[in-house]
Amino acid sequence: MSRLSTFWWQLVAHIGALTPLALIIWNFTQDQLTANPIRAIQLRTGRSALVLLMLSLACTPLSKVPRLRWVLKLRRLLGLYAFTYASLHLLNFIGIDYGFNLALLRKDLAEKYFIFLGLTAFICLLLLAITSTKGWQQRLGKNWQRLHWLVYLAALLVITHFFLSVKADRRAPLLYGAIVLLLLLVRLPGFLKTISRRRHQFKK
Amino acid sequence: MRKIKSSEITPEHLYLSRRRFLISAGALVASTMLFGACRPGSPETPDLQPPSPGTDELGDKITPYKDITHYNNFYEFSLQKEDVADLAKNFKTSPWTVTVGGLVRQPQTFDIDDLRRRFPAEERIYRLRCVEAWSMVIPWEGFPLAKLLEMVEPKAEAKYVRFESLYDPKQMPMRDIPFEWPYVEGLRLDEARHNLTLLATGIYGKSLLPQNGAPLRLVVPWKYGYKSIKSIVKIDLVAEMPLSFWVKQSAEEYGFYANINPEVPHPRWSQASERRIGEAKRRATLLFNSYDKEVTNLYQGMDLSNFF
Repeated sequence: MSRLSTFWWQLVAHIGALTPLALIIWNFTQDQLTANPIRAIQLRTGRSALVLLMLSLACTPLSKVPRLRWVLKLRRLLGLYAFTYASLHLLNFIGIDYGFNLALLRKDLAEKYFIFLGLTAFICLLLLAITSTKGWQQRLGKNWQRLHWLVYLAALLVITHFFLSVKADRRAPLLYGAIVLLLLLVRLPGFLKTISRRRHQFKK
Repeated sequence: MRKIKSSEITPEHLYLSRRRFLISAGALVASTMLFGACRPGSPETPDLQPPSPGTDELGDKITPYKDITHYNNFYEFSLQKEDVADLAKNFKTSPWTVTVGGLVRQPQTFDIDDLRRRFPAEERIYRLRCVEAWSMVIPWEGFPLAKLLEMVEPKAEAKYVRFESLYDPKQMPMRDIPFEWPYVEGLRLDEARHNLTLLATGIYGKSLLPQNGAPLRLVVPWKYGYKSIKSIVKIDLVAEMPLSFWVKQSAEEYGFYANINPEVPHPRWSQASERRIGEAKRRATLLFNSYDKEVTNLYQGMDLSNFF
């Protein structure tokens, strides 16, 4: 893939990743965020963070397909956008929803598993975002890869956080959970090899 | 001074009708501008003026009509609170009957219009607190449930009241989630007879809209909103505690009593605080939604965290 199309794909990724935020802002100015806008912002930033995290996770397995190597160049960008939405999600929760009421926050953090899991996932993503630069990659050497396996833990925590936060309709968290599991399965060493070997056998 | 010919004078009935025309044309233009400013999907609900004094007895402002009618939990129509108004707009609420029976001496089926004639509506401005930690102040019209119960003469064995909503899959599109319809709720008989317990028929001086539980719904202001069952078709007096809809869904999360209580936590929502719709800052949630003076005596000697 030429350098030019990589540029265009990155541009598409930037635009796509910023669209949910633009829509939230637009809908806010138009009074279209329901009678409870803080709640609507909470749900939409959370959903966007999860989708972007999944897209970022999909990059590595996709890049194994011979003509899709360039996808790897979108991985960091998508991951950082996922972190951005996760930060907005957390800030909206702590700052706007709970008004920095630390006593109330501490009480709910202790009482409600899903908040604890969400916060743990955020700390994982924070570590990954800080060490996502070339400089940190060189400084950490082999440990960089090990550290960045945390993204799988973060994804599983986020799915559980989502599942527990839903009142009645669990279809969305189950669907997202299935996709994340599939993406993890694909990463298991030997999985892709087995598949390509099978394909060869069929061809014979 | 020029003399005006009598033929030039516009006859009185004509100029009056012209004036009327101008007024109505002006009103039309103004209303078009107003409705044009509303978002699509809700042109039929302009914001009404809240009834005076505009607050509840604690001085909390009445929630705008548009918010009361466009942020609704009514799972028979949708799980999305903002979608219920539109999906329920063609819901048929007339003719409508309510059957009151079970352990009573005079079981009867009432027509909703008869009920409204028999029990003149009184206004009650109540706080409504949802288990999801949001709340509103709503000016209801209706009559105490006690009056209806009196008419059917409950027998001595009757200990609870069981309520059932209409479930009509043809009119109610929510088929995706395997809930066990119809929606069922219940109260202890003394709670049902309490003067605060209301059968509501209206909001803001108008008949209830479908999304708010038309034509007849329960309002129990010291309990979480899910107790206030909507679009009631059946009321039975029973001896055993009824199994209500949300208790059936998840008995660890939702209780039969569902008294508003900041000391009894929920795994998802803060029960110690709430967002009043229209406000940014959370408020502290108070025991029995601040109706403690009226209802504390109903629960003498009961451990409220056990019977939640």
